[in-house]
Amino acid sequence: MESFVNRYRSLTILLLVIFAQFLLLAVQVKNDQDVRFIRVWTVTAVTPFARVVELLRGGSVGFFRNYILLHDEDAENRRLRDQVGHLKLENIFLKNELNTAERAKALGVFQARIPSKTLAATVIGTGAGSNAKVVYVDAGSTRGVERGMAVVTPDGIVGKVIAAYPTASEILLATDADFAAGVVSQDGAVRGTLKGQGTPLLKVDYVPIQEKVQVGQWFYTSGDDRIFPRGFPVGVVRSVRDAQPFKEILLDPVGLQHGLEDVLIITQGAHQDIPPTPVADQPVYIAPSTPDDESKPGLPAAAGASPPITEADKLRLEYQASGEAQGHKFGSGESGPPDFSGIATTPPRIPAPAAAVPAASAPVNAGPKPVTGATTKTTEVTRHSNQANGEPVGSTKR
Amino acid sequence: MAYSSVRMLLSQSDGPVSRFRAWVFVVVPLLAILFQVYVPLFFPILGFLEMPLLVVVYLSLTQRSQVGGLFTGALIGLAQDSLSKNPLGMFGICKTLVGYFAASVGVHFNVDNTVIRLMLSFFFYLFHQLLYWVMQRMLLAQQPPFDYQSWLLFGALNAVVGASLFHFLDKLRAAA
Repeated sequence: MESFVNRYRSLTILLLVIFAQFLLLAVQVKNDQDVRFIRVWTVTAVTPFARVVELLRGGSVGFFRNYILLHDEDAENRRLRDQVGHLKLENIFLKNELNTAERAKALGVFQARIPSKTLAATVIGTGAGSNAKVVYVDAGSTRGVERGMAVVTPDGIVGKVIAAYPTASEILLATDADFAAGVVSQDGAVRGTLKGQGTPLLKVDYVPIQEKVQVGQWFYTSGDDRIFPRGFPVGVVRSVRDAQPFKEILLDPVGLQHGLEDVLIITQGAHQDIPPTPVADQPVYIAPSTPDDESKPGLPAAAGASPPITEADKLRLEYQASGEAQGHKFGSGESGPPDFSGIATTPPRIPAPAAAVPAASAPVNAGPKPVTGATTKTTEVTRHSNQANGEPVGSTKR
Repeated sequence: MAYSSVRMLLSQSDGPVSRFRAWVFVVVPLLAILFQVYVPLFFPILGFLEMPLLVVVYLSLTQRSQVGGLFTGALIGLAQDSLSKNPLGMFGICKTLVGYFAASVGVHFNVDNTVIRLMLSFFFYLFHQLLYWVMQRMLLAQQPPFDYQSWLLFGALNAVVGASLFHFLDKLRAAA
């Protein structure tokens, strides 16, 4: 036996080492526990080097920027970027609260709410595997980070802390196959479980096929998982497919779109309401148009700077010219109706009543023009709503 | 670089056994692991590189000691495991076997040949990926995709990088 072991010494050692690692693996898998001290040693050993490398990188880049190119502009820029990040997050919160207040008319609710407390951290490394979907940040348990805390950016959720070491923390990204979180659609009608897939897209699972989900719809954290506070943006629906037994919904994650450099760890979560419209499309108040514009009601926009662009405008101008040629003064009521029989008989596309409305009664140029075609519908709808509430024409939310 | 088949095959006593200073065994694996955790952060396109694996292959090939190779592989693998989210031992077992087999190859072949190094890097990358894939399925009950096309492509790229890396590391050996 001894001679056998001596003869196959290296093979014996190989088997022993493999067996020991299998044993280690089995203990972890069976007990669902980590051999923490080995990880702590490694992370603690590697983190200082990673910090030094990051310092050297940041230092060398910063040197060129600070002293050669921009002379201290970089520090200012970084400070402002941090500030913008915080303000963006605060802005989202305040907008959500504002929406809540508008809907519920409950200022007390608005004041009682407090935003989540967060801790800023810098990403210093990725997981050491070619298919790793984890990153390390430079804030650890000594700064109050605990396992299970949510990690976000002002744009949306990033992941969660799966291990907090003294000097660093390990973040499981939302794209990892092991990641899961509770999500809810923007209108609150669809609830599901967000799952990473190991690909850039996220999946919302357990949504019955009867539910209606549309491409472009936003999903937010629901707060059900007790990790992510309610109301943080998660992603936009990229595709929806009916599958058995649940819908197959894929999301574009919004929190990871702009790369990861600085993140916020939520140390104390505060739920917030889901905004009725996506953050980027939330209504913005636009003031009424200037008095100069309003003092000229009925003045055809075409007569001034811009030419008539619709059939109705053309028709109205035609009738107006015909009336003026006959010496008729529109809106005075002094003379009888002009004779429009001489006008060309091209069948109008616009219904006749619209064409017959006197130009003076139509405030054409009262409201602001929509910037793009996509926003037109929203503009019109809100304008009507505002008018119904007694607000001046032109007071528009977009 | 025309190596005959006779020249390529070596007995244990034929070829020179590489000698490195102790710091090389610490610093080079540490740099490889740092590369793995830091560089893909800024250059995600380089995420396919398996620097720790290449270092294990190189050190094992040049050490030409099976015991040394397997321990090198085990330690680097466990360090890599510690920095990943997987249970400890996954990379450890894979790299232990890679280290052992690489050292076994180093005993019999002249591994200074660039072509041999390219082939070995490619082969050990595929072996490592396949073993890891099998272990994920068998031990962790996961369902990773069998993406052999990516493996072949990344294996080739790792082999090219590996050959260059080995050339650079040879300079440390010569200076030591």
